Amino acid sequence: MRSPHLADIVIPPSRQREAARSSAKWIGKSIPRVEDPKLLTGKGRYIDDLSLPNMAHAAVLRSPHAHARIIRINKSRAEALPGVVCVVTGRELSEVAASAVSFASPPITQHPMAIEKARHVGEVIAAVVAEDRYIAEDAVELIEVEYELLPVNSDPEIAMNATGDGVIHPTERESNVAYDETFDWGPVEEDFARAELVVRRKMRWGRAAGTPIETCGAVAEYDDANGYTVTSNSAFGNFIPWVLAGCLKVHPTKLKLIGVNNGGSFGTKVLLHKIIILTAGLARLSGRPVKYIEDRLEHFLNSDGHGPDRYYDAELALRRDGTMLALRFKVVDDYGAYLHFSVGTNGNPLAQVVGPYKINSVGMRLIAVLTNKCQQGPYRCFGAECANFVIERLVDAAARELGMDREALRLHNMVQPHEFPYMIPTGNIDDSGNYQAVLDKAKTLIDLPAWKSRQAEARTQGRRLGIGLVTCQERSVYSPTEWWFLNPVKTPGFALTSAPEGVQLRIDGSGHIYCQLQTPFIGTSSETMVTQVLCEQFGVAPGDIAIGYSDSHTGFNGIGANGSRFTVMVAGACVSASHRLKERLKRFGAHLLEANTADVEVVDGAVRVHGTDRHKTIAEIAIMANFFRKAFPDTPEFDTGLETTAVYDHPLATEPHPERKHLGIFYPIMGHQCHIAVVEVDEETGQVKILDYAAVHDVGTVVNPMTLDGQVVGGTANGIGTALLEEFIYDAEGQFVNANLGQFCMPSAHDVPHIRTAHLSTPSPFTEYGIKGGGEGGRMSAPAAIASAIEDALAPLGIEILQVPVPPPRLRALIRSATRPQ
Amino acid sequence: MKPIEIAFTLNGKPRSAEVRPRVLLSDFLRHQMGLPGTHVGCEHGVCGSCTILLDGRSARSCLTFAVQIDGSEVETVESLGTASALHPIQKAFQEEHGLQCGFCTPGMLMVARELLEHHDTPSEEEVREAIAGNLCRCTGYQNIVAAILSAAAKLRAEKETTV
Repeated sequence: MRSPHLADIVIPPSRQREAARSSAKWIGKSIPRVEDPKLLTGKGRYIDDLSLPNMAHAAVLRSPHAHARIIRINKSRAEALPGVVCVVTGRELSEVAASAVSFASPPITQHPMAIEKARHVGEVIAAVVAEDRYIAEDAVELIEVEYELLPVNSDPEIAMNATGDGVIHPTERESNVAYDETFDWGPVEEDFARAELVVRRKMRWGRAAGTPIETCGAVAEYDDANGYTVTSNSAFGNFIPWVLAGCLKVHPTKLKLIGVNNGGSFGTKVLLHKIIILTAGLARLSGRPVKYIEDRLEHFLNSDGHGPDRYYDAELALRRDGTMLALRFKVVDDYGAYLHFSVGTNGNPLAQVVGPYKINSVGMRLIAVLTNKCQQGPYRCFGAECANFVIERLVDAAARELGMDREALRLHNMVQPHEFPYMIPTGNIDDSGNYQAVLDKAKTLIDLPAWKSRQAEARTQGRRLGIGLVTCQERSVYSPTEWWFLNPVKTPGFALTSAPEGVQLRIDGSGHIYCQLQTPFIGTSSETMVTQVLCEQFGVAPGDIAIGYSDSHTGFNGIGANGSRFTVMVAGACVSASHRLKERLKRFGAHLLEANTADVEVVDGAVRVHGTDRHKTIAEIAIMANFFRKAFPDTPEFDTGLETTAVYDHPLATEPHPERKHLGIFYPIMGHQCHIAVVEVDEETGQVKILDYAAVHDVGTVVNPMTLDGQVVGGTANGIGTALLEEFIYDAEGQFVNANLGQFCMPSAHDVPHIRTAHLSTPSPFTEYGIKGGGEGGRMSAPAAIASAIEDALAPLGIEILQVPVPPPRLRALIRSATRPQ
Repeated sequence: MKPIEIAFTLNGKPRSAEVRPRVLLSDFLRHQMGLPGTHVGCEHGVCGSCTILLDGRSARSCLTFAVQIDGSEVETVESLGTASALHPIQKAFQEEHGLQCGFCTPGMLMVARELLEHHDTPSEEEVREAIAGNLCRCTGYQNIVAAILSAAAKLRAEKETTV
């Protein structure tokens, strides 16, 4: 029964037009990717492949200090170097560029180049534009800056209490606590009062980032007549170009943003607010087209998207029989020096904060602390991976404390197949699923009983072999309410509610189909997926379809491949556009066939008259519809051309409660996954070897099983890195000490085992074809699964894994303290 | 510093160029020779995206000066197949879904080529060892390994047909 605080939420009726079907010809097939030939032959056209006539190159001077007042900048020696076009300081840039985008409310001002103070190591202090990158870098070395050092905030617990010069944004926030709010969703107090067991753990989630192999960059040009043209590897160009125009102090029609293929994003390239503004401003000030590409160090130090950096204190209330009642947690998140996406990364996980379990109420206190570190931003899972870790770790702990089998405890609390759509205490829903079947399939896939007996045998030999098992949610398809619903109720800021995705579809005179997308390719096979949907709709082959991209002047709102939304959203837009164009084809075709429109249908690439073999191919109709106006009646419905723009809005979202008693439905297309990891821990070294790994996912209807598996395996590898290797280390002085790919260890081919995958398909009743998103994949589960496995391996020592990553030295320290003679 | 004249073989064709001594081979290939297929991911020799073959051996072009290729043979990803006639290794990468964003791919292809040149029946472990110096953030390596094993089989079959 739904809790009274959720009573006002009305689940909107389904807008699905294309149901899941077993007879699909293209959807569900592992066709080769249409993107691949260009990418395999060096024709990917990434940002650094772009070159413009007379183009100059930028390099930047970055703050070596974590917190310092900029007293004086002497750029004369740099300016004197032959080949230097200009040297620009933050104050000079501010003449043409206002502050960068902040979704926080009230906002925290952020300039693409520091003006008065540097607030973290790596913040841009000055930039050089020169004839080539080598000269620009030489000149950077010649800029002299006098700093006055200020107290550094590195530890968030200490930063919270800083005063005076230790406050990072003294004119906008009185202290470094940028945000501190408490929420109860449902009867949290009552549920804890009736609990028979409360399991409480403190947990730590370390900072890292998406770290795509390609860094971020832009190529910008400016002149008075045309305004700005900025090409970058941002995905947000068509979503809020007018906001960026405001940042650049020009009329929106004087900024054209163009996207290019991304060499990976993982969230990192979603917006690129600093790079776009910086590069554009330099182009205007230098009077030259300018290219700026981050080097790897710069990407580490000053990207948009460092991930969560959290300290949880979490409690799960249960009955003795294992029934879960309530979840309550305090989370302190070290957001770094700015609040780019506000505290959205703590809103996102509230979509699935209770996991797949029926938990009656949720309480949260969120404290966002500002420190002298790079800003946080999007990173694959947008904070939800941490919530999965917290709930799964609590459930394992509860199983131990209750003396219950951990699978049995999970099954006892899981939402049952007949209970969907199921509303959780925050107001979000799980649209559909079959969690029990996913768990069963994973156990079979890895042959769990066999591993359990091997484990028993290993223990008799003194080997530390462990099995981890987690059952996690993967929310997909967000409503942008998640970006602001945690902001203060009275000043929510830019409280937008549209997160559409559009396509432009056109059939040319030769009968070929051209589909224009709004946001660039980031690696996730979006072109292949769109091709498959269009093949399904028109009954044509992939070779009949070309995919292109709009820019911010020719396109429509599109947010792109993030938040596991793109496949669902763009498939919806493709269905709308295809339905409209098929109506046009039928009208033209029926006329040519001398039939009634009601008697024809589009099947297998042709308009066919029901029950006959009379037909016209799409090509036969397209040449007429595009070039032979006089062959048709002189009425507007036969106007020349076969083209349409279609926009798909979120299929299932509601607004948050005005006082945030709930957050509304905001991330409802719910995938589910069970990961089982088998590891062996070397007690002497703390090294973890993954012996076997199974990942079973249910993301509804699968468009391309091969590419989905790619996401699952790649995401799991990413999550294994999160669990075992990846951490950005800032020291007490705010120095980022491992900001290179040698010391920040991403998984290599030796670190990732063969991962077994399988799928269950519970189609969503709310999306076209029943598709759910799967792009954040294994990273939702792998950290919790690996932690669970290590803990199981070390169970005889009583060690709990409540922190990620656990690289060998950290694990060895835990083992050492557990085995130290008393 | 003055430019130095160098002569070398690039993707099978004799070439010469003037290049300043400090220019990296990666920049030279990409921006002076017009071959953007060699990608630059880190410029400190870790990620492996910029891997090319220098006299048949894999080398990081971001850690090599262009002047060092004087008198040498250089092969880049552009030496393999074309979109309409993919090299068997490229074909295997497509079939096995051994790439997602494509940025690390040229480096992976070149180390695969080097491996298969010397070893036509590598084991999975040997393939992993060969690519262990190349980072991929998208795939988790599984399908890259599968692609290289499949390419080995393709190349063996090709050799048998030509014999």
